[in-house]
Amino acid sequence: MLIFEKGKEGRGLSLFPECDVEVVMPEEKDRRERTLHLPELSENEISRHYTELAKKCHGVNDGFYPLGSCTMKYNPKINEEMAALPGFTEIHPLQPAHTVQGCMEVMKTLEEYLCEITGMKNMTLQPAAGAHGEFTGLLLIKAYHESRGDKKRTKIIVPDSAHGTNPASAVMAGFSVVSIPSGPDGCVDLEKLREAAGDDVAGLMLTNPNTVGLFDKNILEITKIIHECGGQCYYDGANLNAVMGTVRPGDMGFDVIHLNLHKTFSTPHGGGGPGSGPVGCKEHLAQFLPSVLVEGTEELKFRKPEHSIGEMKEFYGNFLVAVRALTYVMTLGREGIPEASQNAVLNANYMMQKLKDLYTMAYDEVCMHEFVMSLSDLKKKTGVSAMDIAKGLLDNGIHPPTMYFPLIVDEALMVEPTETESKETMDKAIQVFRDLYEMAEQDAEKLHNAPVKTPVTRLDEVGAARHPVLKYEFSK
Amino acid sequence: MELREGLLYSKSHEWVKEEGDIAIIGLTDFAQSELGDLVFVNLPEEGDEVSVGESFSDVESVKAVSDVYSPVSGIVCEINEELLDAPEKINEEPYEAWFIKVKDITEKEELLSAEEYEAFVESEQE
Repeated sequence: MLIFEKGKEGRGLSLFPECDVEVVMPEEKDRRERTLHLPELSENEISRHYTELAKKCHGVNDGFYPLGSCTMKYNPKINEEMAALPGFTEIHPLQPAHTVQGCMEVMKTLEEYLCEITGMKNMTLQPAAGAHGEFTGLLLIKAYHESRGDKKRTKIIVPDSAHGTNPASAVMAGFSVVSIPSGPDGCVDLEKLREAAGDDVAGLMLTNPNTVGLFDKNILEITKIIHECGGQCYYDGANLNAVMGTVRPGDMGFDVIHLNLHKTFSTPHGGGGPGSGPVGCKEHLAQFLPSVLVEGTEELKFRKPEHSIGEMKEFYGNFLVAVRALTYVMTLGREGIPEASQNAVLNANYMMQKLKDLYTMAYDEVCMHEFVMSLSDLKKKTGVSAMDIAKGLLDNGIHPPTMYFPLIVDEALMVEPTETESKETMDKAIQVFRDLYEMAEQDAEKLHNAPVKTPVTRLDEVGAARHPVLKYEFSK
Repeated sequence: MELREGLLYSKSHEWVKEEGDIAIIGLTDFAQSELGDLVFVNLPEEGDEVSVGESFSDVESVKAVSDVYSPVSGIVCEINEELLDAPEKINEEPYEAWFIKVKDITEKEELLSAEEYEAFVESEQE
């Protein structure tokens, strides 16, 4: 039931203050013809309405959430406590700098820590999410080439295993995309890369470990090939959770990177966001960064880089997300950061080893923080698809892995347990995966009809895409 | 998997029907069944150039977006506008639901007969 269908005309609540300005009624002709249909509910009804909605959802606080490439790790509550401190919340973005020195110190300290973790020189906290960061980073690359008077670089190389946002961001930034195929090992095909590299290449976008969960061992050769043709190397930080504190994108040869604080640095995800996608770069790109870098020792000051590409978002980005990320980094510290990544890798390998006798692994070798299974054998044998197994997991209180991605693996399920899950939770999930496999062999129909225990059962996704209902029709 | 005699097939799963100087191009039954229910299709415009092995259209299922490649080089002289509002036609009648007609053909990739295409799909399946 929607909130519009609840409550009763004339019912109100005490949450809103009394109106203290004069009420002016417009003339009859100026009033809207149809009613606004604003819901009128008591505080109690509103509270119950949203509690009911929350109960119908599945979040990290409800259960296992191995959504590959999304790093659905637990968000420590101390992050929330810090972000709620009045010194961080009762401020205004237009306040003079000398009155918000503490907040500026948060920005500066976080920038320094993130640069240390990634091997970058400077970092902007402005971008609001990963794809926004990609767009920002590509504009830096564009500005760099243009500043050298090099206008022939129109292409961005993207491997076919890339996150879909990579080519989309490149096109948005005015580049054309050259897709290069992956080798049989799921890594970049060096020969194809050499063929694509040339003086029309602005740069390469890559994530390492890549989207099949493998660390590309040729990374130094890859970045060298691009640099030798005059291009820049962009690191998609989506998979940093596998390597933070152990290996730095800057040392792999990348010039510019984005991070997803809402993945790797334990700030809330998705609907609970907002997200944050800081962009870091090496020294030769730093002059093009968006403004509000913080510098100084005694009194901190805001600085706009000399040849800034301009603002990517109003003011300072999602500042309270930065507070949460800094809390996370400082809580873990120098030892905790690499340990978190090591446990993420260990957990993924544990689950992979416990499943690979039944499920076909797309690449049967030691993985990083996630692994990809191909259910195409199972589908041929039983008719049960990756989608059906995903729906079966829902009935067992587990959020499905990422489905049908990366595109280079048929019937893909991509599992990322993260470091914040216990062995017991993973053992239970492993058992569920194994039981579903058995169910697929014995009673495929049951899985075609799953889920049956969730608030909404199997959705008609095709119907929804072909005939979307995009507005609510009021009955009265 | 349904096949039509008289059509030619590409290894990237398009069919080609030759009518005089014109090539009519669509997606094979095998391709549509692998992609699943299609919910959106992008077509080029009349007068656009298409080239052998390059994408001229994309189709979207609830799973993913996939490129459709041209088996010929030439100029698009007609597009099947009906598909834009009814992409499900590609699933229902793949050999009736043509995508584009191409004229002024300058190049053709090596295409397969129905029997050859069937053997190719089977070998791919293994």
